Amino acid sequence: MSLERSLAFFFLTTSIIYGYTAFFVIDVSLPPFAKLSPVWPSSFPKILAAMGVLLGFFLVFSKPSPNTKTEIDLHQLQSYSWFPVFALLGMMVIYALLLRPMGFIVSTFSFLVIGSVVLGERKLLLLSIIASIGSGGIWYLVQQVLGIYLRPWPWFLSGGF
Amino acid sequence: MLDGLLVGLMTALSLKMILLVVAGCLIGTFIGMLPGLGPMSIIAIMIPVAISIGDPAGALILLAGVYYGAIFGGSTSSILINAPGVAGTVATSFDGYPMARAGKAGKALTIAAISSFCGGTIGVILLMVFAPVLASVALLFHSAEYFALMVVGLSAIAAFSGNGQVGKALAMTLLGLMLATVGESALFNMPRFTYGVLDLQSGIGFITLAMAMFALPEAIFLILDPARTKPKSEQENAVKDLRITREEAKTIAPVIARQSLLGFFIGVLPGAGATIASFLGYAVERNLSTKEEQKEFGEGSIKGLAAPETANNAACTGSFVPLLTLGIPGSGTTAILLGALIALNVTPGPRLMVDQPEIFWSVIISMYIGNLVLLVLNLPLIPYIAKILTVPRSYLIPFILFFTLMGVYIGQNNAAELLILIGLGVMACIFRVAGYPLAPLLIGFILGPMLENNFSRSIQLYDGIGFLWQRPMTGALLLMAIVLVLLPTIRVFLSRRRNPA
Repeated sequence: MSLERSLAFFFLTTSIIYGYTAFFVIDVSLPPFAKLSPVWPSSFPKILAAMGVLLGFFLVFSKPSPNTKTEIDLHQLQSYSWFPVFALLGMMVIYALLLRPMGFIVSTFSFLVIGSVVLGERKLLLLSIIASIGSGGIWYLVQQVLGIYLRPWPWFLSGGF
Repeated sequence: MLDGLLVGLMTALSLKMILLVVAGCLIGTFIGMLPGLGPMSIIAIMIPVAISIGDPAGALILLAGVYYGAIFGGSTSSILINAPGVAGTVATSFDGYPMARAGKAGKALTIAAISSFCGGTIGVILLMVFAPVLASVALLFHSAEYFALMVVGLSAIAAFSGNGQVGKALAMTLLGLMLATVGESALFNMPRFTYGVLDLQSGIGFITLAMAMFALPEAIFLILDPARTKPKSEQENAVKDLRITREEAKTIAPVIARQSLLGFFIGVLPGAGATIASFLGYAVERNLSTKEEQKEFGEGSIKGLAAPETANNAACTGSFVPLLTLGIPGSGTTAILLGALIALNVTPGPRLMVDQPEIFWSVIISMYIGNLVLLVLNLPLIPYIAKILTVPRSYLIPFILFFTLMGVYIGQNNAAELLILIGLGVMACIFRVAGYPLAPLLIGFILGPMLENNFSRSIQLYDGIGFLWQRPMTGALLLMAIVLVLLPTIRVFLSRRRNPA
């Protein structure tokens, strides 16, 4: 099955799940007084779901367009560098999870350094300098200039989790 | 109009505002040159900064400056290294890059700067003339018409932006609308589609979705395919011969005049935008020129460079008309701007010009200043501008990813939002690979709540869906939406029947 058609299936499934929720789940918790209103919180989603399911079926059964120009050649997947992509995506997840406990400066510094190393950078000293300026500078900008609180250091240095 | 203009002049000519325009143009130009960071991602990154200014006029002025700068920056990288950073400048690289290779990079950049300036300026003048007219028409609109108008806007976006694949674009619009319903509804504050996840209760952040749709996929594609960023090292003959001769000026003047008008009106149409305007401008000028001139197109024709650059900038200005007067964003970028405006407690629409004229007019004036600043700043900077393209990608990409994460985190202060960003970003990559356009999803997401609110309000007013046929304007608009969606499909169907190959 082509990628295009798989995505059409994905769209159809999403619409069906969405429609099921709209038609059968949301209204259950609707307070009685709200039922007197001509429009319910589920009214608009119901229309969307109906259109989505119809369009989904249309997309699944329509001929895939022959001349779709895409940026990635699907026949030469192995020629792309997949390792850094997954490594960086994984690092972003770890960054998201560690941002609070480890503090902004430590997590950002590590993210920038490890990210560059994954992409093939080997000048560690220069890299550390740029990463410290980057993380420190952004922290200063966000915390001091914009006034948004970002914990700079890990939990054991700033007391409490 | 004149007193409004004066109010705008007073606001926009204060020192703070001018500094904001200059800063915006500079930031936009520099980031816009980086491949993959188009105006949409840059504006998304700049939104937290703009919001922290607090003053809506200032924020919008900064963002408008960034927008202009980014478009100019995109043309710079298209001309110098044939790497269009933005879809709207792809047509610029057709003739700009051959000129740069022939050692006329300086001339090419100058022509680009001047055409952008003229396109933008004429666009602003047209905007001043037409926006009030459109806005006074729009004042007649009630919530039923608003609902219908948004349906028209969404259909137009789906019809124009899908490269002829209306089904896909419609599917993405619907997905965007569905994502917009996640979280608490305006009616009775009921949580919907959260599936028990507490972090979804407040809905998906718009910056999260904007980053996931545009910045993250670009960065991932840059990693996947290292050749995307590699400069082809033609920098040694980069910038000489900045001047353009009198004959050249005479050749491009009519091109600029025509393309400013064409670009502006294409920009006004929702969904068409700068990309279509630039391609169309290129095609039109090619057809209009003589046989000998036609041969030059694609080999370094100055007409072929001036046309898309002018049209592109005029269209960008044009796209502010529906945004400011009707509250309907015509493109992904203006959709992001709309989100920023709403975050700043400004609701664009027909009331904007009446209730907050200083915002409306100062934005228009600052667009003009932005154009001028771009020209003044960039002409002498052109030789240095090229340097940023030589930043190695191993430094560049982690920083792009970090800025993406930071933009989302600062907006929401919630680490779970970052996980949503990564998940949606991966989905966006897959969709993009399969040729599904991503802009309709974001536009649907942003228009979703407004669409639903106007829909619900009309139903409550009419106690049912009677407004669909009781209000002629609503009916007519909805009919137009249906025609817009069906027209391309019918055309494709007819052409397939004609040549069944």
